[in-house]
Amino acid sequence: MKRLILATILLLPTLAFASTEGPLLEQAHTDLNNKTSLQEGAKLFANYCLGCHSANYMRFERIGKDLGFTEEEVKQSLMYTTDKIGETMKIALKPADGITWFGMAPPDLSVTARSRGVNWLYTYLLTFYLDPKRPLGVNNLMFKDVAMPHVLWERQGWQKPIYETVKDAEGQEHQVLTKLELVDKTNEKERVEKYRQEVLNLVTFLEYMGEPTKLERQRLGMWVLLYLFIFLIVAYLLKREYWKDIH
Amino acid sequence: MNNLLTATLGWMDDRFPVSQWWNEHLAHYYAPKNFNFWYYFGSLAILVLVIQLVTGIFLAINYKPDASLAFASVEYIMRDVEYGWLIRYMHAIGGSFFFITVYLHMFRALLYGSYRKPRELLWIIGMLIYLSLMAESFLGYLLPWGQMSYWGAQVIISLFGAIPYIGEDLAVWVRGDFVVSDITLNRFFTYHVVSMPIILLGLVFLHIIALHHVGSNNPDGIEIKKQPKNEKGWYLDGIPFHPYYTVKDIVGVAVFMIIFAAALFYAPEMGGYFLEQNNFFPADPMQTPQHIEPLWYFTPFYAILRAIPDKLMGVVAMGASIVVLFLLPWLDRSPVKSIRYKGIVFKFALFLFVISFIGLGYLGMQVPTATFTLMSQILSVIYFAFFLLMPFYSVWDKTKPVPERLTD
Amino acid sequence: MSAQSVTQVSTDSIDDKSKRHFLIAATTVVGGIGAGFAAIPFILSLQPSAKTRAAGAPVEVDIGKLEMGQRIIVEWRGKPVWVVRRSEKNLADLVTLDSQLRDPNSEKIDQQPVYAKNAGRSIKSEYLVVVGICTHLGCSPSYVTEEDPVAKTLRADWKGGFFCPCHGSFFDLAGRVFQGVPAPTNLVVPPHKYLSDTRVIVGVDAEGA
Repeated sequence: MKRLILATILLLPTLAFASTEGPLLEQAHTDLNNKTSLQEGAKLFANYCLGCHSANYMRFERIGKDLGFTEEEVKQSLMYTTDKIGETMKIALKPADGITWFGMAPPDLSVTARSRGVNWLYTYLLTFYLDPKRPLGVNNLMFKDVAMPHVLWERQGWQKPIYETVKDAEGQEHQVLTKLELVDKTNEKERVEKYRQEVLNLVTFLEYMGEPTKLERQRLGMWVLLYLFIFLIVAYLLKREYWKDIH
Repeated sequence: MNNLLTATLGWMDDRFPVSQWWNEHLAHYYAPKNFNFWYYFGSLAILVLVIQLVTGIFLAINYKPDASLAFASVEYIMRDVEYGWLIRYMHAIGGSFFFITVYLHMFRALLYGSYRKPRELLWIIGMLIYLSLMAESFLGYLLPWGQMSYWGAQVIISLFGAIPYIGEDLAVWVRGDFVVSDITLNRFFTYHVVSMPIILLGLVFLHIIALHHVGSNNPDGIEIKKQPKNEKGWYLDGIPFHPYYTVKDIVGVAVFMIIFAAALFYAPEMGGYFLEQNNFFPADPMQTPQHIEPLWYFTPFYAILRAIPDKLMGVVAMGASIVVLFLLPWLDRSPVKSIRYKGIVFKFALFLFVISFIGLGYLGMQVPTATFTLMSQILSVIYFAFFLLMPFYSVWDKTKPVPERLTD
Repeated sequence: MSAQSVTQVSTDSIDDKSKRHFLIAATTVVGGIGAGFAAIPFILSLQPSAKTRAAGAPVEVDIGKLEMGQRIIVEWRGKPVWVVRRSEKNLADLVTLDSQLRDPNSEKIDQQPVYAKNAGRSIKSEYLVVVGICTHLGCSPSYVTEEDPVAKTLRADWKGGFFCPCHGSFFDLAGRVFQGVPAPTNLVVPPHKYLSDTRVIVGVDAEGA
């Protein structure tokens, strides 16, 4: 019987059919231990996102403490919306205004790294492109007909889509977007690299913000597991001693 | 010192049955000596129940059952409350671990025929615990007020709408509104933290009383209570629960806690199986997520629901898939209890059942394509066949003779 | 109890018994330590949260418009904090009361920061800054000036101060408690400092403290 169960469990992965794949996600290799990356990301967030997006569950004070900013630094480079360091990252923009301007209220970003996923956010911020059909002139590969403008365009530059014509199985011709290219190609390589690093910093910060206790959790886990192994050994010795009576 | 203890105990015993209870349920409760791996999950389920009760109390202290505050109050617990994240994660993954232990506990009963006479009531009380647990977990899942909370509740409550004539009115009555709303959240919170825990505790109490009345089954399916007693007053193959199984269960607890802690500290979301990504979007009654699915422990039944292309019949099938479990003690007509002495037919049937249950669980998480729906239908048929044909194949099955004494 | 006869089974030697005792003790101790540590997060979770602590942040008070004898009340950590402007006469009166007080020299250290351990229990003698919570059972006393007509009915020779309506405790204009009343100690002087001549911040200690 045991063998049967084991066989079933081992078979399971092969039963899993390939799931439907979305657009290819770029892998964001974030590192929550990298304080510089987190600090740069926090500054970008405060400068570019916090105008329209709130982070209502995240306190400035905590960012300062966790990311190694002094209170002065937090006030100087992050706090544009309040003067109380204990406050959360609220915004002045009312949801109704957001709907008037963008067609929807910009969502709160406190847990966006958990709802969207880090790789999604990374790819999203890399794949804005020019699209004259859209009211704000931009579209996005991850978020079709996105309402958000390309806020970081000064840092990235504009990208244009490159289409290719392909034939499908029925012989119909389609225009397929194959890649995005910078319109202005001066220093392309350096600029792309720099922008990717900046987006990575921003996404690292968003990941931190999604769960500020993540590192603490993993650190505490080591101690708990260590303790439990010791407890297991003692408990096992006790059990073995008593069960000498039985076997 | 010892005299004082004895005196205190004597004083207590004159007024309250302390020693009597201790003996009845621990020191003089004789359990078969050959409990194996599968016998850990009863005590572990109690451990999870305690974890859920304690963490639940501490969560309720900070949670706000109000549609405009609920999502934020969960994040408040995760960030602003000291160690709130730890307590919340324990409770959230505790739900999944509850079902893991209960499913393994139930499978043990299936393996060794622990539902057979004289344990039919024990099994039925256990099934009621399982049903209550499903209700409890469903109610609790609404509380974080994320997208999955909201739409999951919306879909499941709409199932009531399938009942002819009164269905729609009943669904409205359950919600207290025409859609899932603040009203629904408020009452679900009350059921989750007051009504269901009382019912669960009551049922668990009855389950233990019933068990200790009939005595534990064992991997051989032999009634040790029919054996004579030895000079110590033990049944020949029985040993006192305390200290032998208490020290053994402590080892089980330690191993379980290691697995629990590993999940808690290193994979609380468990790749979306314990905490779903979509539930980090606040509930939005205007927009359903692309793909909604119940948490993993409901998916086998959800797959049965979806396998049938008719609203009413789907609900009936899903209900029947649980009702049929209640009937198990009377469906199994094999002369032996344990899988050890059952024949190849039963073993094969059980194997197919496990495949169908896990398969349905997998399919219940997937987007329903035509192939998947067909597979769900095939597996649903196997699921029901396992139970409904049992009165026949359990009789045909060639069983082995059951020995007088336990074999290991 | 009768369970004893069963629990001590087939223990062949004394060695065996002591080994069991040792292992039971070891498991109990290790398990107990674990249980103790496991209780810590639950106990700490009942502490004021980050949100509560943010709400209890220091508050600034403008005392520029405060007139002689006037009191203003500000909220700090949900408690009333009083600022009273005292005249030269008030300060002179304080000294005459010493013999009627429990702790005239503010010996009890928890009741005020070191920089307020002086005759007027203040940084600037003109202004009293004090938490308006009676040290008996937490009511907020009333401010009764010397000129107040009620004063005569309360206590003879009243020089102005505070009277707690709940259980009848008296405090002078430095928040010092009188003898023979239920309140055990002087009113608490909160940490505070002057940002300028007219601005006080409550909840932050003065420099050099």
